[in-house]
Amino acid sequence: MMATLTKAFKPILGRQLGNTAKVFGAAVNSQRGKPTYPPPAKYGGRHTVTLIPGDGIGPELLNHVRELFRFSCVPVDFEVVHVNSASTSEDDINNAIMAIRRNGVALKGNVETNHTMPPNHKSRNNLLRTSLDLYANMMHCQSLPGVQTRHKNIDIIIIRENTEGEYSSLEHESVSGVVESLKIITRNNSLRIADYAFRLARDKGRRRVTAVHKANIMKLGDGLFLQCCKEVASGYPDIEFDSMIVDNTTMQLVSKPHQFDVMVMPNLYGNVVSNVCAGLVGGPGLVPGANYGRDYAVFETATRNTGKSISNRNIANPTAMLLASCLMLDHLKLHDYANMIRGAILTTMNETRLHTVDIGGQGTTSEVVQSIMRIIQSGGPLTTEI
Amino acid sequence: FGGKTWYIKVSFTCLKSKYLEELNIQTVTLIPGDGIGPEISTAVMKIFEAAKAPIQWEERNVTAIKGPGGRWMIPPEAKESMNKNKIGLKGPLKTPIAAGHPSMNLLLRKTFDLYANVRPCVSIEGFKTPYTDVDLVTIRENTEGEYSGIEHLIVDGVVQSIKLITEEASRRIAEYAFEYARNNQRTSVTAVHKANIMRMSDGLFLRKCREVAENYKDVKFTEMYLDTVCLNMVQDPSHFDVLVMPNLYGDILSDLCAGLIGGLGVTPSGNIGANGVAIFESVHGTAPDIAGKDLANPTALLLSAVMMLRHMGLHGHAKKIETACFDTIRDEKVLTKDLGGNAKCSEFTADICRRVQDMD
Repeated sequence: MMATLTKAFKPILGRQLGNTAKVFGAAVNSQRGKPTYPPPAKYGGRHTVTLIPGDGIGPELLNHVRELFRFSCVPVDFEVVHVNSASTSEDDINNAIMAIRRNGVALKGNVETNHTMPPNHKSRNNLLRTSLDLYANMMHCQSLPGVQTRHKNIDIIIIRENTEGEYSSLEHESVSGVVESLKIITRNNSLRIADYAFRLARDKGRRRVTAVHKANIMKLGDGLFLQCCKEVASGYPDIEFDSMIVDNTTMQLVSKPHQFDVMVMPNLYGNVVSNVCAGLVGGPGLVPGANYGRDYAVFETATRNTGKSISNRNIANPTAMLLASCLMLDHLKLHDYANMIRGAILTTMNETRLHTVDIGGQGTTSEVVQSIMRIIQSGGPLTTEI
Repeated sequence: FGGKTWYIKVSFTCLKSKYLEELNIQTVTLIPGDGIGPEISTAVMKIFEAAKAPIQWEERNVTAIKGPGGRWMIPPEAKESMNKNKIGLKGPLKTPIAAGHPSMNLLLRKTFDLYANVRPCVSIEGFKTPYTDVDLVTIRENTEGEYSGIEHLIVDGVVQSIKLITEEASRRIAEYAFEYARNNQRTSVTAVHKANIMRMSDGLFLRKCREVAENYKDVKFTEMYLDTVCLNMVQDPSHFDVLVMPNLYGDILSDLCAGLIGGLGVTPSGNIGANGVAIFESVHGTAPDIAGKDLANPTALLLSAVMMLRHMGLHGHAKKIETACFDTIRDEKVLTKDLGGNAKCSEFTADICRRVQDMD
């Protein structure tokens, strides 16, 4: 009976049912409001993940990820979907979105946006984020051992609203020579992102959440965002809540970054603050980022650079993309593999000889990846031939 | 007999103005401000006297008054003075909450159409920060952009805030940026934008910058995304020279750069308006807790005054005062509390005055 029910409801509820049909009602109810639920493994315990190579250094770094996964016998298969940034039709990106809906999880490089194109040609990355409603962008900035930076021991989590705010792409030219761009803040999305931030802070044992805003100038917009954060904060009395204006925040970040714990903010400020923090811990090549929605998760580098100037020269830093793939493995509940690869990456980081150009060394991408593979092999688990 | 006195009076006035003209003494409107404002203004006046700078100060108050028609405005004497002298130096102003009138800075901006905010950020030797090689200038459009103040509640729970970018304002700020670069021997101007997301608005800003760049071929022009600038600024600020950008990005980036060199207590700032008006100010707060206790640090206002001297073309005096100030800080013997020492404001000022006089 349960099996028939499952079969009947599968097309409607998709894979959420899967092998949790035993607790039918409870399983469905527990999906509501939970960030994302990893899709169950299919085909003999192997997951399928959508891979979008993107432009610039994306393809070469994702190739290294695939190589590493194959070497370490990680039970993940990649479905590669190419998105051509030069084409004006939206078919490519729609195919990618459909593939992500199918698989539930994706790993992507950045798709370049040519900003000299007319306004109806929207940013492909933005389209992906809004169509899949990936409302939370999470970036964990941690100082890595072995990397020289001006500030040491930074550990900040940045949660950025990913779908609205200044990135609504609603612009019009009311009079010739006067352009208006709309920034939209909604109560629902602000409550949602604040709730995500506090839940994450609680899950990770963090003690303070700081909301970043500019409500002294944008009284209604950022005022609404701040109010929503305060409302959610009242439901989490164990976590401290304070707020800071965005220009003061950037000033404090470059002088005293250790005062920050978890930060939550709307879209554009998130862009600025996450880039500042990435710079503080050593650069765009070191920090992974994750975009979570209710049903989907997409992993990429935190600062979303295409790195055109360093592409195909074997000098890009693979750390960010590899750590992003570890985040993906954690999301798929393959924690052992994630920890193994992460450990190997951190051990490699300690060797200054293998640092790539962006962190002050002379190493090449392939040397770094080879070193990681050697460490995994010496760690003992089953590996294929190099 | 009356005729002779009249003759003497007139000739005396003519002589005085001829005397002033020869010495080329310019009058500058001084707005001391609130809190520590008066103390640091006095400090600056003392230092200028010691340096024998050809400046005559005209003090004015800018507390808002309600004009005819019910609109808040700055006192007419202040407005007249500024329009006559064209150059002003302003201390920190407090924005009273619930006073019914908008912030004083906003009022000043609107009255004199101060469209460009210029903040040169140079690392100060002797005031240690993790960043030692900063030498850049941020030029921020100050009238429109995200701070237009136009917001609407569309439906319950949905708010829209409008960012306004106009051709005229973008062209004006771009022209100012290139002029500044040329006049101050800066090699490149970088436009900071987010045109990949805000295609039309930042696209318009960029287009205007590109058009203006055509007329200034001697200055290199580049464009960079806001996030890339933030990323690179925090890793290696020496790559940047002059940055020009719309209002919000300018707000964030100029404060970021101030943080790189040590905070708002040591950062100068200038506001350039239409009709040749220029008001230089210190951007820190009024610090009411140390007001009147002779503990304030006049560096920010002093460096703004130096910027003002350069704007007026008095480069010699500017260099003298600036060098004296930096020498005092580098020596680290007489420093105010926020710079890491425990000297009083008057002692710090006296030290700078002494150095200035020794230079002659």
